[in-house]
Formats: sequence, structure tokens, C-alpha cells
Amino acid sequence: MKVRSPLLWPLAGFVALLLLNAVFNPAFLKITLLDGHLYGVPVDILVQGSRTMLVALGMTLVIATGGIDLSVGSVVAIAGAVCAVLLQDGHGLALTLVAAVGAGVLAGSANGLLVARLGVQPIVATLILMVAGRGVAQLLVDGQVIIIASAPFEFLANGFVLGLPLAPLLVAAAYVSAHLLLRRTALGLFVEAVGDNEQASRFAGLAAARIKTLAYVFCGACAGGAGILTAANIRAADAYRAGENMELDAIFAVVVGGTALTGGRFLILGTAIGALLIQTLTTTMYNLGVPPAVAPVPKALLIIGVALLQSERTTRWLRGLAGRKEAA
Amino acid sequence: MSELLELRGVGKRFPGVVALDDVDFTVRAGEIHALLGENGAGKSTLIKVLTGVYPADEGEFRLGGASIRPGSPRAAEELGISTVYQEVNLVPSLSVAENITLGRQPGRAGLLNWRAIRRRARAALARLELDCDVDAELGALSVAHQQMVAIARALDTRARLLILDEPTASLDEHEVAELFKIMRQLRADGLGIVFVTHFLDQVYAVTDRLTVLRNGARVGEFATAGLPRLELVGRMLGREVSAAEFAAQGAASPADHAAPPVLATHGLGRRGAVAPFDLSLRGGEVVGLGGLLGSGRTETARLLFGLDRADSGTISVHGAPCRIDSPREAVRLGLAFCSEDRKAEGLLPNLSVRENLLIAQQGRRGALRALTRAEQEQLCAHYIAALQIKTPDPETPVKNLSGGNQQKVLLARWLATQPAVIILDEPTRGIDVGAKQEIEQLIAGLRADGLAVLFISSEIDEVVRNCSRVLVLRERRLTGEIADGDLTADHLMHLMAGTHE
Ligand SMILES: Nc1ncnc2c1ncn2[C@@H]1O[C@H](COP(=O)(O)OP(=O)(O)OP(=O)(O)O)[C@@H](O)[C@H]1O
Ligand SMILES: [Mg+2]
Repeated sequence: MKVRSPLLWPLAGFVALLLLNAVFNPAFLKITLLDGHLYGVPVDILVQGSRTMLVALGMTLVIATGGIDLSVGSVVAIAGAVCAVLLQDGHGLALTLVAAVGAGVLAGSANGLLVARLGVQPIVATLILMVAGRGVAQLLVDGQVIIIASAPFEFLANGFVLGLPLAPLLVAAAYVSAHLLLRRTALGLFVEAVGDNEQASRFAGLAAARIKTLAYVFCGACAGGAGILTAANIRAADAYRAGENMELDAIFAVVVGGTALTGGRFLILGTAIGALLIQTLTTTMYNLGVPPAVAPVPKALLIIGVALLQSERTTRWLRGLAGRKEAA
Repeated sequence: MSELLELRGVGKRFPGVVALDDVDFTVRAGEIHALLGENGAGKSTLIKVLTGVYPADEGEFRLGGASIRPGSPRAAEELGISTVYQEVNLVPSLSVAENITLGRQPGRAGLLNWRAIRRRARAALARLELDCDVDAELGALSVAHQQMVAIARALDTRARLLILDEPTASLDEHEVAELFKIMRQLRADGLGIVFVTHFLDQVYAVTDRLTVLRNGARVGEFATAGLPRLELVGRMLGREVSAAEFAAQGAASPADHAAPPVLATHGLGRRGAVAPFDLSLRGGEVVGLGGLLGSGRTETARLLFGLDRADSGTISVHGAPCRIDSPREAVRLGLAFCSEDRKAEGLLPNLSVRENLLIAQQGRRGALRALTRAEQEQLCAHYIAALQIKTPDPETPVKNLSGGNQQKVLLARWLATQPAVIILDEPTRGIDVGAKQEIEQLIAGLRADGLAVLFISSEIDEVVRNCSRVLVLRERRLTGEIADGDLTADHLMHLMAGTHE
């Protein structure tokens, strides 16, 4: 029996959704060159989806260690607030970016400390920061929505390089670096080992607590990066709304992408596809004029569908049905 | 005598493996029937398809004349088949009482009758003469006690057929005796019992007939009394074996006493676990750690390996004092510890055989100095051949291997780190006669290469055979040592039980 790639279903779902869109709206897949820049719905999906993709990258590792990080949305808001405040005070772009990612690292360290060193349940530990983080962001911007007027900053999210949108390029670079870091070294294996059986990996001489902490720190850094992109995209720090529900989209992307919530094996590429799938769905519904209040329903249906297709039990059941029909 | 269980032409394939091929198997009411074979022969698989853990590809099952096809272990239980699986499948976070009665708790209208649950659990444990708190969390118990709880659970039903897949692997002589007493009693009551084990002594002690499997096919069915031991081994391995091959190994040569100890402790201890003890291990010697269940053997190993923190005493490795406060530190210093609890403390179930094999060595090298793919493959090929690990290929998830082969993977994991000291806690647990032989030879070879081995086993013969001296623990205290000349099973047993004349 050939081992089927676990990427098959998310990829199939993504392609199917694109085709469905193309059938109902031939302009959907059209990409045009305007002023030397690429435009079109697919480009839009990449640009708008890049933030979720980045958050989901970090989330993949946390989930692979058997944990979860609910605080990413709040960290996005904090990082955005840090950017706004520093730029407002006239600090340079480099310092601003480092500080924003640093804020994410700090948040991730706090989560890691609670989970890996103090043994708090991941959901509870990160729920703390999920709730408190918004408050911190509010505090930073003094409850205001701060407008950011910095062209180079905005360029990060909305700029084009050689005709290509910059934000997806940056996120793609993050994915490639993460892949190399995890798979060219043994870090990826260590993460999978800890997620598969934490106690056994400790017995095998791995520093399980440190590996878990690193996963949360990395996740925080990714959320910080996504916070920069979010603030740059809307040219403002909105402590209230920035990163809202981002943790859910990120978790969906990871799970749809084939990484199990129980931890262990992870698939970075799967996560990227999962994030794009979710963004495509969001964009589709937006284009169809589905009211935002109803939008989560199709999303939920899609996720259940992909999750079912990935489950061994359903596949066996489906195969059994097919077999019975053949026999009849 | 009536046929209680009849299996005809059972087949089961897994990707890359034919686990069962046209197997017939019959068990009569009122007999104890041994199911024997090498690691990976298909014993557990036969039990699992019979009890509905997975569907059989083909075959017919009859129980008491009626055709059956249970779709789940629960359904099998309702048909009167009670099973203790090789991998204890209880819930570690629930109490002993809950585990024993799980799925059949007494109570009415969805309300549990806790008093009845406890009473029933206590009664079940009392049958095994096991003294154990029914409110204790199962996960906190030793492997042996968990095993006993699993057996107690299986006895807590009105079964017609009782299946025991390697129930004695981690039990002491005393518990085994209790279990056998009950098995004989159940046999007298007319139950059919299927008993899987790698201990041939036990086969001859309790079973009436036996069936041998090899590579998923049935070799034959025999009356136990009519089959000499050597012939039985020959049937299992599929080749002639000579008595010399299974004779006692040459006694371990005494180690060079001039060399400094590789590992030494002075007054090392931890309150409530082990009283302070002095120990020294020299390169090239195999030292046994003897003691009854709960005497502190595993606790001693945990202390040496940095899993528990000592609250007194010192450790030195190669003469240099050091602190070992984590397994990581221990591994870095050249220690290795093969735990007895392979499911909880050993296996990375969903990772491949290759990854399970190299994880400790990679951990020792650190994340940044990754072994190349070629190095990994070479390492795997070497150990798969050396320990004869039966796996379709190195990329198979280790959970798909048979129990004995999983154990070999864990041994290989530690050998691959090329340690200076290896602590083996029940290393031959669940390993077949042929492989046990190979592993003992391997240990002898390692000793010759200058490795120090601390050997823990509840099988006294095994300890006597492999060790040059044995440290005896009783009630969590090091109470004595037997060296070369005096090392006999009798003497050791007396010291362990504290009935030294
Ligand atoms: N779930 C599974 N998926 C794939 N292969 C499996 C699975 N379970 C068992 N096998 C394979 O089937 C064969 C028989 O395994 P089984 O566990 O029945 O052996 P066994 O006789 O019980 O051995 P042991 O004495 O080591 O317990 C082995 O080669 C094993 O690798
Ligand atoms: Mg087995």
C-alpha cells in the first residue's frame, strides 16, 4: 500500500475552492499587471492571508509539542501597539521592528515559563495572556486607536518588490527559514519527540522543558511579526480589534494542514496550505456578500469536512462502503 | 473434551507484513493453552483480531459452537471473552477501583454506586492476594502492580474464555505463583485460558496444550507434556537447537579491580525512596541489582540517572565528582538507562523505528549537530541486523512493531549512545527465547568492551547467569552483596527475602 501524503486533503480542498470560485466568477483567478504590480483576487488572498500564515507557523510548533497558544491574537495587538507608540515618538524603523518582535518573544517566554517550567495547562496558561494581553495593549496606546503615518512601515504590509507583494514574500522567507532550522538540525525531531511522548523524551536525555519553552517563544515571535504586518496593513494600532480571532484561524490552519492537536508530527507546508485555504474561504464569502455574522458557519463546515477526511476511522468507513458496493 | 474456541483460517495483513496467514487455533473448555512464538510471530495479533481490536481479513471464529465476530473488545467481553492485552490498556489517571470496574460499574440510572465499586475492586484484588489501595491513581503504581490490576479487571467478569497476553512479563515469582493458583482454579471451573509467555518454565508449569506460531503461520498444536523443551524451542525458531546453545553462559569474569570505578556513589540516597548507599561499578563488569518488587531497585536506578533528585550523598563518574540532576546530564556523562516501562518512559509511538533508535544519541550530540541521513540509515541497519529487529522497514512507526521488537529498539537506542555505564531495568521483558540469548550475548560482548552494566531483573536465574556480583536491596535499603563464588539462585533468594540462614 502506498502511503498517501497527509498534504493531499488540504491541498485538494484548496484547489477545489479555487475552482469553485472560478466557475461562479471567471474573474476570480484573473491576475493583472497594473503599474508594474500584480493585482487580483489571488494576490489579495496571499496578502491578506500572510498574517494568519505567520501566526500559524508559530502555532504549528506549539501544537506539535502537544500544547496550544490562545494568546497570539493579543500578542498581535501588543506588537502593533508597540510599533505605534515607538514610531509616534520618532524612533527608527529598525528599533521599532525589533521591539515589536521582542514583545512577542517576551510574551512567548511567559507562556513557556508557565507551561514548561511550572506545569500549567497550556490552555489555561495562554488564556491568561489572551485576556491580560489586550489590557496591556490598551495601556500602551492609552485606549486610543493610534494612526501610524510612516511610509516605510506601511510598505512592509502593502508594498511591492519587483511587482510582487512584499508581505507574502516576507512570510514565505519565514517559512523557509523555519523549515531549514527545524529539518536541517535535529530541532524538528526533538519537537516531535516531545509532542509524541514527553516523558519518554526526557528519559532519552532531551531537555523537554527547554524545547517546549522554545516553541512558545518562537510562536510569540511569529505573533509579534504578524502584529507588525497587521498594524502596517491598516496603518494604525487598534488594541481592541487587531488580531481578533486570529488564534482560532491559526489553530484551524494547523489542524487542517495535517498536524494533530495531540502533538507529535508536524507539517509546516500543510499549515501554509491550511492558512491559504481559510483565507480563500474568507475572501470568497466576502466577495459573495455573506454577512460577517454568518461567515463562521461555512468555515466550520469546511474544517469539519477536512478533519473528517483526515480521520482514519472515516476513511476506513468510506472504504468499507465503497468495497460493499463493489461486492454487490 | 469440548472445543470452546475454534478459529479457522484466520488471516490478517498490515502494510508490508503478513501478520497472520491461515491460522487455525482451538482451545478446549477446562484447559490452559499456551500460545507461543518468537517476537513478531503474530500472537498478539491473533488475540486482537479475535477480540475485535481490529477486523480479521479472513477466517472463521466459533465460541461454544456459535459463530462470533466481535466488533470491539467490549463486544468480545459481552460474549464471554475476557482479555488482558500485552500493553496494559488502562487509564493511568483513574483510580485502581475505577479501572477495574470501568465500563461495567455497578449503579442505577446513570448514578454510580461508589461503595459497590470499591467493594468489587477490593474483592477482585483480594483474589490475587494483592495488597493495594483501590483509591490510588493507577499511573502512580509500578508496572508490575498495573499488570496485576489489569489481571484483576479481567477476572472481574463472568467469562468463558480468559486470554492473558504476557501477563507475567514484569511479575515476581510470588505474584506469578498467585496468578497460577487462580488460573488452575479457573481451569477446574471449566474456563478455557489462553496464555502467552516467553518463559518456558511457566509453559511447563501450568499449560496443558500449546500452539506454536512462526511468521504468522501455525507450526502445530502439541500436548505440553509430550514436547521436550529443546524441541519446543526448535519449533519456535524454525531450526534445530542444541542443548549447549542454551546452557548457562560462562560465568562473568571478575572485573579488573585495579581500574578506577566508572561510576561510584557515596551515601547517595533519597528519603522515602532509597536509604543512602555506596556503590561502585567498574568497566567490564555486570552487576546485578536484586530485590523483590518494591524493594527500591527502580528507585535506585532513577536516582543514578538524575530522574529523582538525591537528598544526600555524592556521585562520581570516572573518578570525577559530578552532579546528575537530569537524564540529559546523565546521558552527557555517558550513562544510559533502559526503563522497564516501555510505553510510558520509552517509546515515541508515532515516530519511526529510525527516529526512536537515534533519539538518545542525537540528544547527546545536541540539536545542531544533526546526524546525516546516511549516518542515520547506517546506524539503523546496524542495530536492526545486530538485534534482529523485525520491522518492514526503518520508517515504520514503532507502535506497529510487536512488543518484543519494541523492546529491542529501546535497547538499541541506548547502545547507540555508546555509553560507559548502562542501567538495564528488565531488559529482556517480553523478549523471546532466541532474542534473549542474543541479548545476553550482546551484554557479554559489551562487558568485554569495557562497559559497566547495572542489571535489574525479576528473573533470578537471569541475574545469576549474567552478573559477576549482585547487590541486594530489601525494603529500600542496600542490605548485602553476593560476589562471584557465592552467587547462586538459592542464596540470592534468601538474601532478597531476608531469610538468610
Ligand atoms: N498495528 C499494526 N500495524 C502494522 N503492523 C503490525 C501491527 N501490529 C502488529 N504488526 C506486525 O505484525 C507482526 C506480528 O505482531 P504481533 O504483535 O502479533 O507479534 P507477537 O507474536 O505478539 O510478538 P511479541 O512476542 O513481540 O509480543 C509483527 O511483524 C508486527 O510488526
Ligand atoms: Mg505480543
